Parts: sequence; structure tokens; C-alpha cells
Amino acid sequence: MESKLMMKLVVGSEAIFFLALMMGFVYFAYFPGFDPKSLALLDLTKTGAFTVLLLASSFTFWRAEISHRNGQIGSLKGWLAATVGLGVIFLFGQGMEYNHLLVNQLVVSKGTFATGFFTLTGFHGLHVFIGLIMLAVVLYLTFLGDFDRPQSSVISAVGIYWHFVDIVWVIVFTLVYILPHVVNMK
Amino acid sequence: MITDVTIPEPQAPLPGAGVNSSQGLLQWISSVDHKQIGILYLLMSLFYLLVGGALALLMRVQLMAPENQFLGPEAYNQLFTMHGTTMIFFVLTPAILGFSVYLTPLMIGANEMAFPRLNAFSFWIAFFGGLLLYFSFLAGGAPNAGWFNYAPLNQMQYSSQPGIDYYCIGLLLAGIGTVGTGANLIVTIISLRSHGFKYRYLPIFVWMVFINGFLILAAFPSLNAALVMLLIDRQLDGHFFNTASGGSALLWQHLFWLFGHPEVYIVVLPPFGIISEVIQVYSRKPIFGYPFVVGSGFAIALLAFGVWVHHMFATGMGNTMNSFFAASSMLIGIPTGVKIFNWLGTMWGGSIRFTTAMLFATSFLVEFTIGGLSGISFAIVPIDWQLTDTYYVVAHLHYVFLGGSLFGLLSGLFYWFPKMTGRMLNEKLGRWFFWLFVIGFNLTFFMQHILGVIGMPRRVYTFPNLPGFGLLNLISSLGAFLMGVSMLVFLYLLYEALRRGKRASDNPWDGYTFEWLTTSPPQLKNFDTLPPVFSFRPLHDLNHPEIGDHKKSTDDKYGT
Repeated sequence: MESKLMMKLVVGSEAIFFLALMMGFVYFAYFPGFDPKSLALLDLTKTGAFTVLLLASSFTFWRAEISHRNGQIGSLKGWLAATVGLGVIFLFGQGMEYNHLLVNQLVVSKGTFATGFFTLTGFHGLHVFIGLIMLAVVLYLTFLGDFDRPQSSVISAVGIYWHFVDIVWVIVFTLVYILPHVVNMK
Repeated sequence: MITDVTIPEPQAPLPGAGVNSSQGLLQWISSVDHKQIGILYLLMSLFYLLVGGALALLMRVQLMAPENQFLGPEAYNQLFTMHGTTMIFFVLTPAILGFSVYLTPLMIGANEMAFPRLNAFSFWIAFFGGLLLYFSFLAGGAPNAGWFNYAPLNQMQYSSQPGIDYYCIGLLLAGIGTVGTGANLIVTIISLRSHGFKYRYLPIFVWMVFINGFLILAAFPSLNAALVMLLIDRQLDGHFFNTASGGSALLWQHLFWLFGHPEVYIVVLPPFGIISEVIQVYSRKPIFGYPFVVGSGFAIALLAFGVWVHHMFATGMGNTMNSFFAASSMLIGIPTGVKIFNWLGTMWGGSIRFTTAMLFATSFLVEFTIGGLSGISFAIVPIDWQLTDTYYVVAHLHYVFLGGSLFGLLSGLFYWFPKMTGRMLNEKLGRWFFWLFVIGFNLTFFMQHILGVIGMPRRVYTFPNLPGFGLLNLISSLGAFLMGVSMLVFLYLLYEALRRGKRASDNPWDGYTFEWLTTSPPQLKNFDTLPPVFSFRPLHDLNHPEIGDHKKSTDDKYGT
């Protein structure tokens, strides 16, 4: 109970942190208007596919929690491993995208849009990375037999964080990849 | 029927070793005991108080006479920046956390914090954050853009030395530690209260710590976000706050004050709690209007997030914006005023003992009210335009930070010192310290109200010889030296008490709350058994059953 409450408080605090970064991004990217050249470099389809994979990891984690509650250790291990795998693929996709942008000379110092973009997506990526470390620890402990009994609240506490990271990405994806096209069309 | 509540044995053994003065440094460094970490917080705060005070004295030497050339402008900029940053982030914040971490488990009948290792981590990361900030002196120059570090002065083209980078990293580390402790305190209060300890029986101090936890969780992320954005600006050539390349200087101000104004309440709410406890015990009465003291705490916490723009009236935000924030800023004076009357009502008709702790609590009421009144004057936009960035602001903020927060903290230190160390402080020397400090404080800062009104700007390293400027600044500097002398008395006072102070009994002041039930100083395990709780003065009920609150009706109990 205590670890879940703690995680909820931390997530609440983190939400305000991301809110500040998002306000920074919106302030700079939306009001002067988007630089179409920078915007064209963002690949909506590819990132959209990786987004679906990250959301799928929320689903696999949800299945892992249910397996844990029912005491099915085998499927708990499977679903956790799938979650870690999907998270790693998402980070790999973000790495590819960054590489593509850097090759095309879109760097942090290129303008307010680029600064906001890299800060927002970069901090989200950092949070995915931290989540992966936690998931890897949980997976390791599962193999050691720490979660054989369904009482432990550690898995649901980690779950609160992981779902939070996914929700943040949904908002970031909407703000950075989808809405600019809608705004620019007008 | 009254039966004692047995504290269940912890499932895992309590971490850490016993609090024993014969044990070495390593034991303190590795400890996760909430009492030792609380004391470490207080020691850190005392250390930086002396450092920050020394910086202030250097500034006052420079300002003693017109056209003085003791310090150059560069050194002066670094000094006032480091003085403000140190006092707020490494003196007041660790001091309130120290009292919170030390007392909260004791007052709610718990043996530890909910997360003891997180507690230790939070302290040490804040401690090293402070060291990193001071390392900037060796790394090529301290930060020099003021404690609120306004853009675009915080950008590379205006401040190319690495000081501001150290400011970012140091405050980021300290901020992470503060958020960790804030969350830890909330979880502790929710989940570790002893059996039957209802929320309406919580001591006022614990209520203030509880509210403060949420303030910390909501305010610090804004600062942390602003700091990482600034670091990206400076290290990766980003454009958040760089006005030369499309950034916004106002964005920094919004993010900083969205943190900065709640921070003022973060460092004053626990002192509110402290003096609520002190005034109750030394007036031999329960707090007057318990629900109002707690409720106004909530009101302050909520309003704290709606007033930040009053720091930015001079930036030209337009009449709508200014009027809204002028109104909200005046509004926040109401719950604060309610509290002042609650404390006066508690003292009214009580049999008051003016110990040193009570003297500080009483002078808190006077000095904090002066600071509150000058604060209200800033909510009036035209007055703000006239007085912003003058010494009037300096006077105001010192009346709330020293006359408010620090006086409350000193009151708490004199009150709980016997519990923390098992030794009594010398009351006679305590009085010397109190009067020297109060006189010095008022000499220093009252003059600055007048200096501000006659137009002396803050943050300028010297001043021309205009009528009044020289004399008022001289008085202000002499007052500062008086405060410096009083700090020497204070240090001697602590040293003497620790070396040969009288042994303290478990409950020397006939206190009301559970921390006075255990030994002085408490053992590693705070409690084995606890009496049941029927009011917010459980120990008073136990020691004075004939006049205990547990027999009173709810109205009498809560003074409503």
C-alpha cells in the first residue's frame, strides 16, 4: 500500500514537470507558427507505429499484473519480458528518429521548435529508460522467486509509473506530431 | 476504559544503529534513522546559515559608506546571489525538513519514516547539491544573476563563467531530495499513525508538514523543469530563454515564480506548525480554533499557486492580469491573518511562561505581521511599480524569511533541543541571544524599508552620497554586525549545553504530544507502547487525567 501511494505521489509530481515542458513547447512551437521544414522531417507513420508498440507494452504489463494476482508465475515472466522488449523497441525507434534528425542538421540549437522538441521527447525517453530499469529489476526478481506470492504491491507500483509514461507519450505524440499538421492546414 | 496500545513489532528489523554519542562519524553517514537524519538536516542548515551570514556581512561592509570600493561589482553580484540561494535552498529548506523528519514519526506514534532509505538518500543528495553549488567558487566564479536568476542575464552571453551551470545542477539535486522527503512525509503521515490516531487528533505541526508535503510535490517540478531548460540553453545552445534567438525571458519568470511563491509558503508553513505547538504548551492552553488553524493552512496552500504574477507586475502584463493577481495576493492575507488571531487567542488568558522558545514565538507574531503588511502593499499594483527592485523588497522578504521562518525555527530549536540532545539550553544566555538578534534584525531591516521608499535600488554594489542614504545604510550595517555577534552567543550556547548542560527530563515543558512521552534523547525504537488517543493533546490527557481533553465535548476540545 505504501509503495503504491508513494508512486502515485511521485507520478503526480512528475506530471507537473512534464506539464511545464509541454507549456514551453506549445508556447514556442504554436505561436510563432511551425517551421514547415523542421516539421517535414518528423515521420508521422514511423513514430506512430512505435507509439502503438509502446501502448501495447501497457497492455502486456496489465496482463503481467493479472498473472501475478492469479499466481501464474510462468505467464508473469512472459508478459514482463514482452513489456521490456516493447519498451526497448520504442527507445530504439526514438534513437533512429534522433539519428535521422541529426543527419538532416536538425539539432537542439536550430531554433525554438528544435529546442522544445528535443527537450520534451528527450525527457520522455529518459523516463522510459528509467522505467525499463525498474522493469528489468522486477523481471530479475521474478526469476529469483520474489513474486511467487500474489501479495506484493511492488508490481502494481511499477505499473503506475509505466502506465504514466505511456499516457505522457500519448499527449506528447498528439502535441508534437499530430496537432501541428492540423494547425498548419488552416 | 483506557488501555495502552501496543506498537506491533516491525516485520523487518528497524534499520540503523542506536543514537549514541559515543559512536563515530561512519555511523552518522550510514544511518537511515529518522532522528539522526533530522539532526543532520539541522546541522547542514546551521553550517550554511553561518556561511550565508558571512556573505551577508561582507555585503554590509561594502554598503557601510557611500562610494565604497571594498568589493568590486563582480564580487558583489556573486555574493548577493550566493547569499540568497544559500539561505533559501540550503538553510531554510533543510531546516524545515529536519524538524519535519525528526518530529513527524515521534508525534504520530511511529518508529520510523515510511521509506527510511529514501529519507537518507534525499538528505545526502541535497547535501551534495549544496557542495556542488559552492564548488563553483573554485570552478571559475559563483553564479551572479541573483537568487531568482532572471533571463536573459542567466544566459551564456551575459554570464559566461560556469557559476550558473553549478546553480542549475546544485538546485536540481537539492530539489530532487526535497521532493523525495516531501512524498515520504505524506506517506508516513497517512500510513504510520498509531492505532486510533484520527486525522482530527493530529498535532498542528503534523498537519502543517502534511500540507507542506503537497506544496513541495506541486511546486518543485516547475523549478526543476526551468533548471533543465536553462541548462539546455547554456550547454546545448538551446533557445528557451535566450531573447536574442526567439526565446522568452518571461517564460523563466513564470516557471520560476510558479515555484518561487509556493516556496515562500513551503518554508513558512512548518514554522507556523512549530509556533502553534510552542504557544500552546507555554500558554498552558489548547490551540484556539484548531479547525481554523488547519483550514487556513489548506487555504494558504491552494492560494499559493494563484499569486505568482505579483512578482512580475513590472513586466507589463496588462491590467486584466495585474488586477487578477492583485486580488488573489490580497486574498492570501486573510488565512494568514486568521492564524495570527488564533495564536493571539491561544495566548489570551493563558498562564504564559516566557522561555526563550516562547520569546521567539511571540516576536514571530510581531515581525511576521510587519512582513505581512509590507507584503500586502506589493499587491497594490501602483505601489509595486514604485517600490519593486528597491530595498523595500529586501526589507519585506527579510521580515518574512527571518522574522517569520527563522524565528519559528529558532523557537522550535529552543523548544525541542532537550528532546533531541537530552540537555537543557541555558535560558539566561538564550535571552541574551534573543535580544541581540531581535534588536540587530530590526536595526538592519527596518531601515531598509525607508531606504527603499526614498529610492535606493537593490543589487547595486554601491550608492551615491544622497541625503539619508549614508546614515541609514550605516545603521543597517551595524545591525547586521549585532546579528553576527548574537550568532557567536548562539554557537557558544549550543556548545555549552552539549558539553555541560543540565540533563533534560523526558518531558521538561509538560508538553502535549507524543514526542515528550519517550526518553530524551529517544532511543532507536521510539516507542514500545502508547496510550490511546482521544484528543489532539494525548500526552496532556495522560498526565492530567482530571483536566484532560478526552472528557470534553467536541466544541470545547476544538475551541469552536
